[in-house]
Amino acid sequence: MLEIEIDGKKLTVPQGSTVMDAAHSVGTYIPHFCYHKKLSIAANCRMCLVEVEKAPKPLPACATPVTDGMKVHTHSDMAKKAQAGVMEFLLINHPLDCPICDQGGECQLQDLAVGYGNSASRYQEEKRVVVGKDMGPLVSAEEMSRCIHCTRCVRFTEEIGGFQEIGMANRSEFSEILPFLGKTVDSEISGNVIDLCPVGALTSKPFRYSTRAWELSRRKSVSPHDGLGANLIVQVKGNQVMRVLPLENEDINECWIADRDRFSYEGLNSAERLQKPMIKHDGKWHEADWQTALEYVVKGLNGVSRDHGKDAIGVLASPHSTTEELFMVQKLARSFGVNNVDYRLRRSDFRADAAQQGALWLGSSIVELASAKSVLVVGSTQRQEQPLLASRLRQAVKKGSELNVIHVADDALLTKLNAKLIVSPQALVNALAQVLKAVVAIKSGESAIDLAAVTVSADAQRIADSLCGAETASVVLGNVAQHHPAFSELLSLAQEIARLSGARFGVLAEAANSVGAELVGAVPTRGVFGAAVSAGLNAQQMIAEPRKAYVLLNTEVEFDSYNPQAAVAAMKSAETVIALTAFKAEGLLDYADVLLPIAPFSETAGSFVNMEGRLQTFNGVVRPQGEARPAWKVLRVLGNMLGLSGFEYTSVEEVRAEWQGKGEIAPSLNNVLASVSANVQPAASALVRVGEVPLYQADAICRRASSLQATRAAAVPVAHAAQSVLDAAGVQSGAVVVLKQGEGQVRVALEADAALPAGVVRLATAHPTTIVLGGMFDPIEIKQG
Amino acid sequence: MLSAQSLALIDREVAKYPADQKRSAVMGALRIALEERRSTGETPEARCLNQEVIEFVANYLEIPPVAAYEVATFYNMYDMKPVGKYKITVCTNLPCALSGGVNAAEYISGKLGIAIGETSTDGMYTLLEGECMGACGDAPVLLVNNHSMCSFMTPEAIDKKLAELK
Ligand code: SF4
Ligand code: FES
Ligand code: FES
Repeated sequence: MLEIEIDGKKLTVPQGSTVMDAAHSVGTYIPHFCYHKKLSIAANCRMCLVEVEKAPKPLPACATPVTDGMKVHTHSDMAKKAQAGVMEFLLINHPLDCPICDQGGECQLQDLAVGYGNSASRYQEEKRVVVGKDMGPLVSAEEMSRCIHCTRCVRFTEEIGGFQEIGMANRSEFSEILPFLGKTVDSEISGNVIDLCPVGALTSKPFRYSTRAWELSRRKSVSPHDGLGANLIVQVKGNQVMRVLPLENEDINECWIADRDRFSYEGLNSAERLQKPMIKHDGKWHEADWQTALEYVVKGLNGVSRDHGKDAIGVLASPHSTTEELFMVQKLARSFGVNNVDYRLRRSDFRADAAQQGALWLGSSIVELASAKSVLVVGSTQRQEQPLLASRLRQAVKKGSELNVIHVADDALLTKLNAKLIVSPQALVNALAQVLKAVVAIKSGESAIDLAAVTVSADAQRIADSLCGAETASVVLGNVAQHHPAFSELLSLAQEIARLSGARFGVLAEAANSVGAELVGAVPTRGVFGAAVSAGLNAQQMIAEPRKAYVLLNTEVEFDSYNPQAAVAAMKSAETVIALTAFKAEGLLDYADVLLPIAPFSETAGSFVNMEGRLQTFNGVVRPQGEARPAWKVLRVLGNMLGLSGFEYTSVEEVRAEWQGKGEIAPSLNNVLASVSANVQPAASALVRVGEVPLYQADAICRRASSLQATRAAAVPVAHAAQSVLDAAGVQSGAVVVLKQGEGQVRVALEADAALPAGVVRLATAHPTTIVLGGMFDPIEIKQG
Repeated sequence: MLSAQSLALIDREVAKYPADQKRSAVMGALRIALEERRSTGETPEARCLNQEVIEFVANYLEIPPVAAYEVATFYNMYDMKPVGKYKITVCTNLPCALSGGVNAAEYISGKLGIAIGETSTDGMYTLLEGECMGACGDAPVLLVNNHSMCSFMTPEAIDKKLAELK
């Protein structure tokens, strides 16, 4: 520990602290621009100059390490003069366009100029002009004359984004911040540079010129997208969400949010929002009032249950719904006598259900995962599924963690991997079994899974060594593993590896409320907190054995299902499809019979349980649009109208109190299966599809966010395959081919991709151009175009 | 994009640094790339670095293109603009200026009929002003194509030099 005195305050700080760190720890503010606690030290703005006794000149606090006995003055004449001097220089070339600048009112330069600058400039000469740059549809770099060259944006893309997409070209007076010529900034977390930029050089393109910062009210919320549960500040004006910013939470999202969290609000204001209930008569849609629509629903449900029995009804809910909505929907179904309830529409393997002893979750806290010395990520297109977590794992690698990957594609993770096994989906189980076999050997343990047929590859050995050798280790299964037709086997293997190596294991929750949905029993085999229920059909069975009626909560089956082709067919064959939805979706208009407008997360109070099992509650930030109503209210009224008891709630808090009263979250989280099993032989080598959900197609809201949809990540998908697959099919890279699954086929360009293993064709699912196809990891055929 | 010879030279640069720090070779690699373009380019446009070459070098070193671009645009000697077959850089910093540096530049400018910063229409010459070359005692000094240093450039010496540069 070192002793230091700042403005007369004595304190001790650990070795290696800077003067800036020390000042922060006693709450002394030192003005700064380039310094940021999550970025490397650049020390190029010089705003943080302070006086250090015995030093002949002022020193930059952000880059000056504390030495024992140091005495620092942040407000002495010398310090103040230095700070004022720096401010004068910074303002020399800065345009005086604050009145039309989006950053006005929340600009660090503006604020500090008030505190440290003069009211008038001595500089009379011409200011320099820098032409605007195109950084893509999210980040505006139109007014680069405002840039003060702090390089925060540059360091962010390099250090947090993982790939330097922004640079500072030229030198001295000619320095300019730019992306590489002709390129845009494509990082999935690029929007954070907007927050980092201390001036108005980088601003939000969708938000540009829409309102002034001080006209907005700030409300807390939680991201409804991936399972991380990023904390948000939603900014609102005139009952409209205008902008979304991160709310710092070191345990979850640190001070960042993904672009999906930041820009998806455009979807909330999309023209596709459903404003009134609608009913289809003779193939034509008509608006209706709530009473008529609800009566229609009740009549439909009663009709189907009378004619075909309760079992003819299926309930499919989205894990992007709130816990209260999911609780209500399963309660409504079960009270009515319907046991077919499921939120796992993209799952294809439900064999684990019978052995499951609790809700599947991460198996540790996010912080624990990020600080584990060794991590094995199985079947995860990480940057697409969990943009922020992927970044956090990159930071972990920098701090010395070993990251291991078993996946179906060798995607650029922008970090150093300790070892990787890239195999086709059909060999995924075998790959994980190799690791288990190596772990068994290292630990001289035994596994209930028969591993005789498994040969351990060198990389599997390295992964096992890494997991067994590390003090703390984690094995996590991503979306590809969870949607995989052998999920239960992957989970079994992960459990065995964890048991023998002492690692933690779990799943990376796909959606904001996957864990919540598990907890409140939105699954056919378990009720609230695992209560026993009479088992119903799971999502796959409800599609494979079509029901006569479906109730869809927040769900568009063509985008949300493992097999959109089969799901749409099932919907079309049903007598009635009742959709509770915030959007007048094209698919729903086609196969549904009644649309009930419900409020998205921004317009209702509710809660999400994130992947680490943390319950996060939030309130609506605006009033529901049109006649939309919170889904829990709609479900309550339906309960009343169906004559069911126990639907007397008057507030969402009552709903929450009810499900919370039935158990505790922490003891209900459990990844351990009562019995494990896996068939470790690689399956026969038919050509299979790798069909992941694109970054901005994951849920109904981001699918309708126009700026996200304009990014490169949202481009119309093309197919990729290894050269060997192209050769076998006799096609050139880039040629248009017909890809066929079941009855459906698409014409699409097929490109060679060295990142893919043999035997697979990668083509995204959940995109309008590919929804005619079948299962995400099912066989696929290539035919010449 | 670059010849096997240039790539071999770049590999030699890369080999000077630890295997995971290929980035360190970026200056050498850009110099080699520029050298090849200067010696093989038929037109001023083909003699300088451009986006494709920089991207190629970056990919070769496995660094982000913009990182190579930062380096290429930071240093004067990497030609980012079309350049003549002979790039003549005259030092006009103060010590040289006191000993005829500026005059030398003006003399060349008159002889070639191009202003400082320009390239002759036949694409043969580019005349530039340079910063101190560490040879103030030999003033006036100039540099031909970044590598060949010429001292005591009186008008006669300049005439002789230009006669050689054909
Ligand atoms: S654009 Fe903004 S963040 Fe980037 S260097 Fe300039 S002032 Fe800093
Ligand atoms: S904050 Fe210290 S130099 Fe910029
Ligand atoms: S000033 Fe010209 S070489 Fe030094």
